[in-house]
Amino acid sequence: MDTTKTISLDKDICRFIDECMEKNHSESYLIAVLHKVQGRYGYLSEQHMDEVAQLMQIPTSTVSGVATFYHFFRLRPRGKYSICVCLGTACFVKGADKVLEAFKKELGIEMGETTSDRLFSLENSRCLGVCAMAPVVTINDKVYSNVSPKQVPELLNKLTLEEE
Amino acid sequence: MKNIHIQINGTDLEVPETMTILEAAETIGIKIPRLCYHPDLSIEGACRVCIVEVEGMKNYVPSCATSVWEGMKVRTNSPEIRQARRDLVELILDNHPKECQTCERDGNCELQNLAYTLGVRHRLFEGKRKQYPLEASSPSVIRDAEKCILCRRCVRVCSEIQGIHNLTQLNRGFDTVVAPAHEGPMNDSVCIACGQCINVCPVAAFLEQPSTEQVWNALADPDTMVIAQIAPSIRAAIGEGFGLPPGTPMTGQTVTALRRLGFDAVFDTNFGADLTIMEEAYEFAKRLESGVNLPLLTSCSPGWIKFMEHFYPEMIDNASSCKSPMSMLSTLLKTYYAEKESIDPDKIFVVGVMPCVAKKFEAERPEHLFRNGIPYTDAVITTRELIWMIKAYGIDFTSLPQEDFDQPLGFSTGAADIFGTTGGVMEAALRTAAEQLTGKPLEDLNFTQVREAEGLKEASIQIAGKTLNVAVANGLNNAKTILEKVKTGEKQFHIIELMACPGGCIAGGGQPYPPRGYYVLDKEVARMRASALYSIDEKKAVRKSHDNPFIKKLYEEFLGRPGSTKAHSLLHTTYTPREPRGIK
Repeated sequence: MDTTKTISLDKDICRFIDECMEKNHSESYLIAVLHKVQGRYGYLSEQHMDEVAQLMQIPTSTVSGVATFYHFFRLRPRGKYSICVCLGTACFVKGADKVLEAFKKELGIEMGETTSDRLFSLENSRCLGVCAMAPVVTINDKVYSNVSPKQVPELLNKLTLEEE
Repeated sequence: MKNIHIQINGTDLEVPETMTILEAAETIGIKIPRLCYHPDLSIEGACRVCIVEVEGMKNYVPSCATSVWEGMKVRTNSPEIRQARRDLVELILDNHPKECQTCERDGNCELQNLAYTLGVRHRLFEGKRKQYPLEASSPSVIRDAEKCILCRRCVRVCSEIQGIHNLTQLNRGFDTVVAPAHEGPMNDSVCIACGQCINVCPVAAFLEQPSTEQVWNALADPDTMVIAQIAPSIRAAIGEGFGLPPGTPMTGQTVTALRRLGFDAVFDTNFGADLTIMEEAYEFAKRLESGVNLPLLTSCSPGWIKFMEHFYPEMIDNASSCKSPMSMLSTLLKTYYAEKESIDPDKIFVVGVMPCVAKKFEAERPEHLFRNGIPYTDAVITTRELIWMIKAYGIDFTSLPQEDFDQPLGFSTGAADIFGTTGGVMEAALRTAAEQLTGKPLEDLNFTQVREAEGLKEASIQIAGKTLNVAVANGLNNAKTILEKVKTGEKQFHIIELMACPGGCIAGGGQPYPPRGYYVLDKEVARMRASALYSIDEKKAVRKSHDNPFIKKLYEEFLGRPGSTKAHSLLHTTYTPREPRGIK
């Protein structure tokens, strides 16, 4: 089978798949492969899932089923800034839901979506383990503590300005 | 295998230890209510309707997924169990549209029947209901996710029986939906249009793309000559739609019914089958001589053909280039017949009555266009659709007199009748090939070696001092098994008959839902329908395609000889690899 023409996945990922294919029950490495793809491209595109299916000899429907079952897998591209609002118990009682609403309102997107300029995407998480600083928001790798809904427009403005 | 002792509802019984509670109960005549269970598919345990009480167990257990053990005491029908089972069905109904009266499966729906038998008389719960648009992109199969109850029978038949793996369960929890990969449209998927998902669906989440409206409209148009052709399998199954037992041959009544519906002429797809044998036997003899592109793979089943294009594009050259009997006959209707009868072919509307939903896809294929974007076969309706049309018209089918097909495209041999069952195309081809190779009439016409294939059958047949290795496969997982043997060189075959549906066309995706007492894909139903075809074959005076006098006349008057340039341009076709292999 000649599939090389159609494969656009990164060479490192293809190599990793080749290694997996040499092992017993190669299909059990599907999740590991999807993690690699998401790590490299930020999300799982349909084309990449199709390619994983071809290379791993797993039905595309199975790949698609696994990718949509687990919340961790993203099926749409992520923005440059990935805003993650902690909705763990401590953050929630301190008003994280209102912080989330403020982000939604300012960005005009729903949870799991990305702004049309591909700058921001909005997500939530369970407890991040820094409850003393609740409510907590992370933007990429940076942690923001004691966030109030009022601070949200300012925070976003700052990041937008940095871009310009 | 060890036998063990259990007790069900106070009755002591001895059963093999490998049985499940559900199977054990059936041995004493208790059919525990069930929904997602199917005897030929893997155990899912998704619906929980078949729960029972087992002494010593804290929770109710699904009887389909629980094996028996020594000393097990089971209660299937306590007040608590009945209540719990009813609650489960009520919860399934809660997330199901209230459309029974306008639903295609009204009166024929397993969920409806279950709700009735369990005594659900109110819709108690009123919760959030899933909402999805109807997915009707495919010419063959439509998907209505709102009606889906997530039993996964379709997912299982698509992977376990057909080996396609087109359908899967996507997302999770309340958002779970059965669809092709990426929730894509069916017509842009590896769906081979066999329609087995329609057959196994307990509700109406999968249905054939309806074509009856188009047919009614054509019938109502006085300027259109509407011609019907019926596939071999229709006559063996149509009676079931009118309360007759499976396997009641109803050829003459079907012809009469079609005339009463207003069809201007009724021909037999069997004629196309005889013609297919003529062309295919010639093609086979040539390949045997040259040794090129062996094994020959039969090409009558459009589901199998699409499967080959998706999953085995490298074997396209092995496939017979013959059009299917339906397409051959439709082609002749708009050329030979139109010419002979001086009818403008643009005024002819050909309706194929087929046991198959993939035929709807075949009819639309660009290879089968007549001219100006008009196909040779204008519409394909399934056996189910024809039954419905007959009922809608108010025709009392079972008391109809028997009429004959119109001529000259209505005469067929016994070889054509058996096309509808697994092994039938092979047997028909062997009858003709054997006489052509030996130049002598056959002593015994019955090639029982290729009959009643339970999915897969191989045989070696001696003809004219030659050994022909033949194989018959039905259900595409079996096709995979045999094609892998061919690819690896493990086995060398001369000819392989392939049919997409398990049991062949008689168990096609467009055949009637099982009558009371039988289950979907019931092998017994397939066997009874097949025996109807074999009995028709036995009773015919002419049983070899090349002895069909009208076929001989057709070659004399119009086509020349089998494999002629004219025959090639009209009766043969091409296939397209669908790359990348097995995806989309």
